Amino acid sequence: MKTLLEVRDLHARYGNTQVLHGLNLDVAEGQVTALLGANGAGKTTTLRALCQLMVQTTGSIKLAGEAIDTRNTEQIARAGVGHVPDGRGTFMALTTEENLRLGAFSRPSRDGVADDMEKVYQYFPRLRERHAQQAGTLSGGEQQMLAIGRALMGRPRLLLLDEPSFGLAPLVVKDIFAIMRRINQEQGVSILLVEQNAKLALDIADTAYLLETGRVVLSGPSSDMRNNDAVRRAYLGE
Amino acid sequence: MNELLHQTLSGLATGGIYASVALALVMIYQATHDINFAQGEMAMFSTFVAWMLLQLGWSYWAAFAATVVLSFVVAAAIEWAVIRPMHNAPELSVVVVFIGLLVIFHSLAGWLFGYTIKQFPSPFAADAWYGSELMSAHEVGAIFVALIMVALLFSFFRLTPLGLAMRAAAQNATSSRLVGISVGRMLMLGWGLAGAIGAVAGMMVAPVVYLDPNMMTGVLLYAFAGALIGGIDNPVGAVLGGFIVGVLENLLGTFVVGTELKLSVALVLIVGVLIVRPSGLLGKKIVTRV
Repeated sequence: MKTLLEVRDLHARYGNTQVLHGLNLDVAEGQVTALLGANGAGKTTTLRALCQLMVQTTGSIKLAGEAIDTRNTEQIARAGVGHVPDGRGTFMALTTEENLRLGAFSRPSRDGVADDMEKVYQYFPRLRERHAQQAGTLSGGEQQMLAIGRALMGRPRLLLLDEPSFGLAPLVVKDIFAIMRRINQEQGVSILLVEQNAKLALDIADTAYLLETGRVVLSGPSSDMRNNDAVRRAYLGE
Repeated sequence: MNELLHQTLSGLATGGIYASVALALVMIYQATHDINFAQGEMAMFSTFVAWMLLQLGWSYWAAFAATVVLSFVVAAAIEWAVIRPMHNAPELSVVVVFIGLLVIFHSLAGWLFGYTIKQFPSPFAADAWYGSELMSAHEVGAIFVALIMVALLFSFFRLTPLGLAMRAAAQNATSSRLVGISVGRMLMLGWGLAGAIGAVAGMMVAPVVYLDPNMMTGVLLYAFAGALIGGIDNPVGAVLGGFIVGVLENLLGTFVVGTELKLSVALVLIVGVLIVRPSGLLGKKIVTRV
C-alpha cells in the first residue's frame, strides 16, 4: 500500500518544553489511521507539528514523498493537508457559508467550489439549514461539522482530525463518525484521527498508533490493537 | 433656520472627512486590534506628497492617483518593517511605536516641506454648488468621495474572496493559516488600504483647513470619536459616526458652546460613548455558544 504521510524522528517543543521525542508514523493512502493515548501523550502536538502550528520541530515529514517540514502552516494547507483543529477553530462572527467558502481559499481556481459546497451540505444537512447564521451561534456538534466541512472545501489529500468527539453528545458523535467513514470511502481522503475515546477510534480506523509521553509505544492494524492486553486494560477499560 | 441648515450641511462635509479617517482607523483595528495614532500624520504626509507633485506640474488627478498608490505602498511597508516584528510585544509597546510614528511623520513633514501654511487645490469647482448658498462644490464633492470609498470597501469586504480572507485573518489567525491564508499578507494589505484611505481624506480636507504639518491633529481626534460612536469594529458604523461627529461639532460649535470649545465636544463624545455604549452604536457583540 502507498504511504501518503511519512514521519521520521519527529521532535517537537513549545519553547523549552519538549513534547515529542522522535516520533515515527505512517499514514497509508486512502486509510484511516488513529493516534491513541492519554491526556498529555502528545497527540494534539503531533497534529500541530505536522502543520508547523505553534510548535518548533525537527525531523522529517513527507507528504506523498515531498518534504513539507520546511514549509509554513499556510503552505502546508495549500499542499493538501486539511486540519480540523481542537476547539474547532470556528470563525465565530462569520456565517456558516462564509466559513465554508474560506475553506476553499487556497484552491487555485473557483471551479468546483459550488459543487463541493453542495457535497458538504449533503453530508451535513444541518449546515445547509444554518447556512446564513452566524457561526458562533451553532451548537458544538454543528461547529464540529462545520470544521470538517471547512477542511473538505480545500479538497485535502490528508485530513487531520483533532478529537472530533470532544464535548459532544454520544448520538452526535455517532453521526459524525459515520459521516467521516463515508467521506473516507467516497472521497478517498486519507484520515489521521486523534481521539481519546480508543474504542470509537479503533472502530473506524484501519491502523492505530499508541502514544505515551511523546513516543510511539505500540502500533499495528486496529484489530490487533483491540486485542492487545495492555491496550484493553489501559484504554478500553476491559 | 437657513443658518441651521447651512451648518448642518457643512457639518456633513467635514463629517465625510472624519468618516474617511475613521474608516482607516477601523481597517487597522479590525485586523490587529490596535488604534493607529499615526494615521492622521500619515495622511498629512501623503497630502504633502500630492502637493509636491502638483508643484512639479502634475495634473490634479495624476497626482491624486500617484499619492494614493504611494501611500498604500508606504503604509504596507511600515506594517512589514515596523509593526510585524512587534506582534508579540505588549500592547503598551505597540502604542509607543504608534506615537513614535506620529512624531516621525510630523517632524519629517516639517523638515521637508516647512511649517508655513500652504494652499491645496480642490478638484471640484470653486464656486457655489449650482448657485446654492448652502454648500460649496468642494463640500458636496468631499461627501461623495467619502460615500464612494465606503461603498467600494463594503463591496470588497462582503463580495470578494480576498475581502472575506481579510475578515477571517482579523478574527482567527490560527484557523486562517489552516485554510491557507497568509495572515501577514492580509495585515500588510489592511495597512496599505488604510494608508490609501487616509491619503484621500487628507487631500479632501486640505483645501478647507489648508496644508501644514498640524493639519490632521484635530481631524484624527474627531475621526477617533466618530469611529468609537459608530463602533470601532464596524466600517459602516464608523462612517455614520464620522458624519454624526461632523454635524454635532458644527451645530454645537455655532449655537451652543462656541468655536473655542469645539474640540472638547469630540472628547466629551468619546468619554460619553465609552461609558454608555462601549461597543458603539453599530458595534457588534459576537454571539458565542460553547
